[in-house]
Amino acid sequence: MQEKPKVVVSRQRRTDSSARDFTFTAADVPASALASFRTSAWSAFQTRSIPLTTDEAWRRTDLRLFPAPDFKLPKLGAHEDLPPVPDELLKPLVGDQHGGQITLLAGGSQIFLEDALAKKGVVFTDFRTAEKNHADLLAKLIGQIVKPEDGKFAALVSALSQNGILLYVPKNVQVEAPLHSVLWGPGSDLAYFSHLIVYVDDGASVTYVHEAASPDETGHAMHAGVVEIHVGENANLRFVELQSWGRGVWNFSHERARVHRGGNLDWIFGAVGSRLTKNFSDLDLVGEGAQGRMSGFYFTDGSQHLDHDTQQNHLAPHTTSDLLFKGALKGKSRSVWQGMIYVAPGAQKTDGYQANRNIVLSEEARADSIPGLEILADDVRCTHGATVGKLEQEPLFYLKSRGIPQAEAERLVVEGFFDPIMQRIPFEGVRERFQQAITQKMG
Amino acid sequence: MSQLEIRNLHVSIEDKEILKGLTLTINQGEIHAIMGPNGTGKSTLAYTLMGHPNYTVTAGEVIFKGQSLLELEPDERSRTGIFLAFQYPVAIPGVTVANFLRSAINSRRRAANAEDKGMPIPEFRKMLKEKMDMLKMDHAFAGRYLNDGFSGGEKKRAEILQMATLKPEIAILDETDSGLDIDALRIVSEGVNALSGPELGVLVITHYQRLLNYIKPHHVHVMMGGRIVESGGPELALHLEEHGYDWIREKIEE
Repeated sequence: MQEKPKVVVSRQRRTDSSARDFTFTAADVPASALASFRTSAWSAFQTRSIPLTTDEAWRRTDLRLFPAPDFKLPKLGAHEDLPPVPDELLKPLVGDQHGGQITLLAGGSQIFLEDALAKKGVVFTDFRTAEKNHADLLAKLIGQIVKPEDGKFAALVSALSQNGILLYVPKNVQVEAPLHSVLWGPGSDLAYFSHLIVYVDDGASVTYVHEAASPDETGHAMHAGVVEIHVGENANLRFVELQSWGRGVWNFSHERARVHRGGNLDWIFGAVGSRLTKNFSDLDLVGEGAQGRMSGFYFTDGSQHLDHDTQQNHLAPHTTSDLLFKGALKGKSRSVWQGMIYVAPGAQKTDGYQANRNIVLSEEARADSIPGLEILADDVRCTHGATVGKLEQEPLFYLKSRGIPQAEAERLVVEGFFDPIMQRIPFEGVRERFQQAITQKMG
Repeated sequence: MSQLEIRNLHVSIEDKEILKGLTLTINQGEIHAIMGPNGTGKSTLAYTLMGHPNYTVTAGEVIFKGQSLLELEPDERSRTGIFLAFQYPVAIPGVTVANFLRSAINSRRRAANAEDKGMPIPEFRKMLKEKMDMLKMDHAFAGRYLNDGFSGGEKKRAEILQMATLKPEIAILDETDSGLDIDALRIVSEGVNALSGPELGVLVITHYQRLLNYIKPHHVHVMMGGRIVESGGPELALHLEEHGYDWIREKIEE
């Protein structure tokens, strides 16, 4: 695919350049075992304003239309008056069961964990339950990897998240059956905040799939999330996170994984929903021999705007990172991928790779792809590649010459483009759901 | 009986005329060979018949089963029963051979009947295995991404596999022998021969006689300067093998 720069005439700037702020108050901070953490997060929130495009990380994602004052926290039990979570989302990941499943709802939740796993000391529960049953563990882990000071939205989630998920896998425990959680966020003018803590202790292993979704409704809603991941020494985590938020959802997240000596993280992102997404995902390889793979796909259409900001930080020698994000764009949508590989002084024998590939399917869609390297060690191998291209004529002609009509030929090529990433999603049901979303978007 | 009739075909690429009044008729059940030196427009003919957008027809007609082919999109042409085995098959990364062939078959079924649900998967698998066996292909082939990282021989076998699966009435083989070693050439030719018969018309485009040792044509044509300049039986190919093209050039100049 050819790099194709595109001249874009920016829209006229509004005269009032600052976005309106939230109307939450200190009274919205839940009283709980985490009070002191939340109180300091609230202070961090109050001292930060909504990011402006003059802030480098937000340069391509403009929040001036973000209606922050409209959003309210859902009341306890609010989900009872909202559309229920579709059965499809709750289907077991493999065969007829999973190791555990949590559904986070507006003002409520449902939790299931296999007894055998609970007996091994695995904790997989929501924050409300964790604050009662695992208060010390939760207090010890929260805010260690993503800090409230990381940004306005990180502070907001840290202070106000009514609920979240704590996954703790003790040392040397191998969780065979996958764990699954679903955040279901229907309704207008609601603010969903979710805080995920995944702690895989030394020598342990687990596969965890988290999905966030809501129906396409008129009106708007927001989600802000924090994801904190710890992969201990020689531990293994496969973490799949997928979002299919409705078209009215403003979606923000701060995510960071810290991988220790000999640990391995396989991190997969899928994004097809939301009105606007700004996602920060950082991979910190902090121990010698730590490895991380980040795979992402996104497909935007209409006027969607998805911005993924990734960081691969090699902070120890002999660490390996491998990032591949692939996107397709239709309509007037826009995607941004901005990635940085950082190699700290002394992080020798590091191998870092990043690639972002985009197919732009309409004249008015636009993909920005901005790779970056910052290397402060001298014995490393770091490479990157970024492409933005259109559908090529020859493959389409070839498919058509076999009787396949144009629209279906395009769909096949786009599906094929995503296939290598799709194959990294370990569950057929989840894969199929996302394939359907792609098919739908192809029209 | 289906008939492909090419009448006085003129074709240009980017305003350069390549075909300059080509006329040829192929009936179902016949095997024709077009031979000729490089650059005489043989591949242009193949691409034009299939409807490649880079080739502009400036004059002439192509009639297949009483219908003008030139007004149809490439996918519609395919569904009427025309098949092109490409000289350089294109890789489609991420799309498996099986998935691709199923899409091609189901496109045909849906074009015939909008309500069609597609070929049932077990039936498709069985059919595909039979065709792969015929071409001595490993069944794992079905799960590979189409033409992606295929060797020259694998690509050509994949083309014949598609032909066997889609059952055309007229097949055009564009330099199918290029890039093949003798074993691959034999397997590919045997595949074509197995498919030949009263139901299939074949147009073999080649500039070597060696393919014609395996696929025996009924009619041989020589193409030069964008036209058919000589036609004959199988003996014409042998004559060309022995004497080259110069005698034809001289004959044209006379």
